Order: sequence, then structure tokens, then C-alpha cells
Amino acid sequence: MEDVAIIGASMSQFGQRDAWIRELLAEAGQACLEDAGMSADAVDHLYVSNMASGEFEGQTGVPNALAHDLQAVPAYTARIDQTSSSGGAGIYAAWQSVASGASEVTLLVGGEKMTHRTTAEATDVIASLTHPCEYKHGLTLPSFAGLTARLYLDTYDAPRESLGKVAVKNHRNGVDNPHAQFRKEVDLDTVLDSPIVADPLRLYDFCPITDGSAALLFCPVSVAEEHADEYVRVSGIGGATDTHVVHERADPTTMRGVVESSDRAYEMADLSPDDVDVAELHDMFTILEFLQFEDLGFAEKGEGWRAIEEGRTERDGELPINTSGGLKSKGHPLGASGVAQAYEIVQQLRGDAGKRQVEADVGLACNVGGFGNCVTTAILEGVDA
Amino acid sequence: MSDDREGEQGEPSMRAGSETTRETATAAEDAPDAASVAGDDTPAFEAARYPDGSITYPAHPVGPGGEAPVGTVDLSEHTAEVITWTTSTATPPGVREPNHVAIVEFDVDGEPVRAIGQATTGDVDIGDEVEPVYCDRLRDPEAGIREPASQEWDGFRFRPVE
Repeated sequence: MEDVAIIGASMSQFGQRDAWIRELLAEAGQACLEDAGMSADAVDHLYVSNMASGEFEGQTGVPNALAHDLQAVPAYTARIDQTSSSGGAGIYAAWQSVASGASEVTLLVGGEKMTHRTTAEATDVIASLTHPCEYKHGLTLPSFAGLTARLYLDTYDAPRESLGKVAVKNHRNGVDNPHAQFRKEVDLDTVLDSPIVADPLRLYDFCPITDGSAALLFCPVSVAEEHADEYVRVSGIGGATDTHVVHERADPTTMRGVVESSDRAYEMADLSPDDVDVAELHDMFTILEFLQFEDLGFAEKGEGWRAIEEGRTERDGELPINTSGGLKSKGHPLGASGVAQAYEIVQQLRGDAGKRQVEADVGLACNVGGFGNCVTTAILEGVDA
Repeated sequence: MSDDREGEQGEPSMRAGSETTRETATAAEDAPDAASVAGDDTPAFEAARYPDGSITYPAHPVGPGGEAPVGTVDLSEHTAEVITWTTSTATPPGVREPNHVAIVEFDVDGEPVRAIGQATTGDVDIGDEVEPVYCDRLRDPEAGIREPASQEWDGFRFRPVE
């Protein structure tokens, strides 16, 4: 099995964009090839991470469209849909294609166009991933977050304010991310006084609806050694699932997909949680940052909230979390998010993160689909060729 | 891009289209009138029982032990305990607003069975005892993205036991 490197990375401006899905994908794809100094005709496999371009825009067949728009024909193409974790699943597929030897150069582009839909419509498209027994009751992803947040706070005697501090931290990080949807700080009072959305969670506990795209270029380490002065190695990667029906989980505050996928990634990388210097977690809702922090092994169960209270996850803390601003501030264009998480880690490992830069040799990205239904965890390491 | 798009996944009143949401949600509010305690003529709140004794709601082709169901259990004959609950104010088309929902756990002869569903009120708490109440239409099937014929739209809400 080939060791796999990432030699190119890009992301578009996240937010409310005039561009539609094809344009968004092409923007990130082209920028990624330029970043790597590669031409499109070198691409063997082209994957597109996207949840719902058909439902949102009425545009299907986006991988082939992108291959043509980038002049990457006759590259093999596939669309990777794993709901909100489509980006992470795309990383897994791209890694697999190179590691297996099926492809020498694989371009992964993630993207979603959402903001032309109303909140109610977008919420319904996302909620369509739920089981019929959930959908008929009007269950949405935000309502799962509210259910879980209440149970977490009650079970572990955590203060409501700790969730608000996640939003404050990630907004503060987003200020220094030129690609972020929101580049403004919010204070804790603003978070705690914002309208209730899914009790006990409020407006600022939720990520926005976003248009955007991101891309990564993969090749064997042997090729990267010759092609680039520095590159990022995919040291570990793992994917896993949890139950489709959320209430059937024995402990709703544990995301088994995060536990299983990270166990596999740590084992493959021969690393432990203590070795991770920086991480991007899927903070679609503030409560998810606590759950992943614990289930990735960074804290004991029920203790994750203490990290934000003690400042350990701040940019200058012992384990910076979501230096990009996270989904909370950067935005969450479903299919792009997992790819953009890895983009941030690549920037950190290459020393290209500007004001967001932290000291890091090992970074981790955890991308969650549904309410923990599907998860991919990737561990990346910076390498000087 | 304006700042009032913050948290759009959660606040319909801050987005264009919220009027439509409210209208359809209002239509869906007809549903509570149809709620009643399960009687002889109401459908069962059907969970599946498997050879290893486990019970799941909903039923699956294969249970936790890897075997097909061997029977059913009517959960409407039991009360349950609230594990957690929320009130959602950001509901999709055709769903009542606000929407109270809860995860509850039944004890069926010592076997725990969890279910999720709407609650009849937001005045519930973790640990409360609730009973299933039948509702013939939980949301407007015509208003959402899912094909109406693809699933059932009736079911059981949870009402606190006095």
C-alpha cells in the first residue's frame, strides 16, 4: 500500500455566493491544481464531495461536469455523498484511490450551494437523512442537538455557559480567516441572550447555511518527494458509522462513529491523542465540539466542557481546536466542510495559516455526518521533502 | 452577506420564507386536535421483538443480535420515562412550531426500549413519566421534501402522566 501525500489545497470564500454549484466546484478545483503546480490532465481520479446538489439546485452529475470544466477528461469521476461528512468520506476515497495504486493523482473537490433556499427548505433537505420514524415527527439536526445538549448538561453537571464559550472562541478564530463566512467576534452575553432555537441551544450555538467549496490534491509520497519542497502526509485515516436511528444509541452523548474512526486513524498513524497538536472538529452545533473532544480521546467522558472553561482549546492553548473558526464561524457548505477542515490543517502544517498559525507537526480533522451517523477522522503530518 | 444570516439553521424568523413556514406549521397545528389516548380502534405503537429478547422501535429487518424479528410489542400499552427533550422553534415545512420532542424509554417486562417523538407539551422534564397518545397526522406530508407515499405520517406523541 502506497503512503499518501497531499500536495495541493484550496478553499473558496465561504458565505452567501452568487456562484452556483458547478462554478463553486471549478473555483476550488482550479485553485488547488494551481497550488500544487499540477495541470488537470495529470488527474487520474476526480471525486466530488457533495450532499444534495440535485435537491438544492436541480443539478446532478456534478463530477462529470467538473471534469469537463477543469479539462480533466478522461479522469475517472465519482460523487461522494455521506451527508455532512461527504468531505471526510471524499478524503477517505481519495486516500484509498492513491494508496491502492488505482490512481497516481487524485483531485478531491467538495462543495455545496445552499443559501438560495429558505431556512425551512434547507433544514428539510438536511433532515431528509433521518429515519421515517424521526422525519414524521419533524425531527431536525438542530433538534437532535437540543436533545443531546440537555442530556449532556444534566448528566455531567456542565454549565450552559460552557457551550456559549465554544461559540465565542470559534468566532474569535474566524476573525483571522479570510475565507470565513463570519469574521466578527461575539461576546458570551450575546450568545446566551440570543433566541432559543432548540432548547437549551440558542441561535449562536448553530452554524450558518453556507455556499462554498474546497479542494485537496493527493498523490503517492514518492511522487510528492520529487514534486514538492514540502507536503502533508496522510498518516492515519478511519471511517465509521453509528445507528441511523439516533434514539437507539445506548448513550446519546457518545458518538461511537467518532470513537471507532479515530481509533482506526490513531492505530494506522501509530499515534495517540497526546500527539495531536491542532484539530478541526465538526462544530455544526456547539455541543458537538464537546462530544468529539471527548470521543477523540482528548478528555475523559463528561470532562470535555472543562477544556473550554480552562482555555485549553484556545488558539494559544495546549490543544487549539478549530483555528479556522470551525463550521460555526467559517460556515458549513455541507459537502465542502470536511475538505475545508483538512485545508485548515494543511495550512497549519505548512506554516501558511497567517494570524491563525499555531505550532503544529500533527493535525487531526474529524468530519461528522447526520448526528454522528457517519464519521471520518484523518490525521495529517507535515513533511519537508 | 449580512450578519442576520447568522445561525440560519435555527431561526426562520430571520430568513425570507419564514411566512411560508408559519403558514404550513399553522396548518400542521390541526394535528393535535386528532390526538387521543390509544383505544381499541387506534393503530398499535409497534416495536419489534427479537429472538435474544431485545426490542427495538422502529423494527429492523435484523435486530441487535443479528436475527430477524419474531414478534411485536405494542408500546401504547406502556408508560415511559423521559430521557431528554427539546422544544424546536426552527421547524421544516409542514411541522408545527414550536415542536416539542422527546426521547423516552419504555420498560417492557424488564427490557428497555427507547423511542422518539413529539411531546404534547413543553412542560416536561428529564425523568418524567409519559404515556403515548395517538395522532393521525404528525406533520403535513405534502409540505416537505419526502415523497408522501414513501412512509406513514401518523404516530404517537408523549403526554405527561398526571
